[in-house]
Amino acid sequence: MAPRRAAAAMLYFAHMAREAQLQLLSSYENIELAERALVELCSSAQVEEETTYWVGMALREALANAIKHGNKLNPDKRVFVRMRVLPAGELKIEVEDEGDGFDPGRVVDPTSPDNLLRSSGRGVFYMRQFMDEVRFRAGERGGTHIELIKRIGPRRAQ
Amino acid sequence: MKARTRDVGGVRILDCEGKITIGSGDVELRHLIEEAVGQGHLNILVNLKGVTHIDSSGIGELVGCFTTIARKGGRMKLVNLTQKINDILHVTQLITVFDVFDNEAEAVASFNA
Repeated sequence: MAPRRAAAAMLYFAHMAREAQLQLLSSYENIELAERALVELCSSAQVEEETTYWVGMALREALANAIKHGNKLNPDKRVFVRMRVLPAGELKIEVEDEGDGFDPGRVVDPTSPDNLLRSSGRGVFYMRQFMDEVRFRAGERGGTHIELIKRIGPRRAQ
Repeated sequence: MKARTRDVGGVRILDCEGKITIGSGDVELRHLIEEAVGQGHLNILVNLKGVTHIDSSGIGELVGCFTTIARKGGRMKLVNLTQKINDILHVTQLITVFDVFDNEAEAVASFNA
């Protein structure tokens, strides 16, 4: 029997390391791989380690949502990731799943007293805390497309 | 996540290292605490000194374990938070829920206070 293909396929990591694109199978262990790609990208763009850490946390949440709530851990569904350092000084991450869509309006405030002791429901909150902008829209594949933006200041051209 | 357990002064201490994140560390943490409670330990101290990441699932497990132990009449407290883990507890406002200590001896003593 062929070994289970747990690892992701990294398709693209180019443009002088200012952009990375990945297709991930719906497995939590692939979150680590995507975070490593982000760290590489941030390192080559000289993004501060502290910023990289918090952006990495937001990326982890976006991927966890896509794998768990979007693709429902279906091994036949993929998560598409695009990470870019834009000349305007933004780090932009896009995550798209192949699920059934997501209504961000249903997310409750996990810091309200009624929700503080809930054991779930903090993923979107994490993203919003650690990024400057978080946008949700319907993806081209029917799932959810999340756009995460962190302002990192203008980068020197390479 | 790597973790080991030890008992000090009637308190079960869980020394955690690495990431408490979805799919691995979060489940391990839950199992360790379930095991401790199953063995009759209701005073549990989670030592986060070596923990680098706690994602929303990991935080959710901490909260879930906290409430489970409280329902059984026990207490779960935290010690040795790194600055980043401390930041996460502040932004989630869970710093108001957990008893947090910088020093293990003080944390252990607090269970008997």
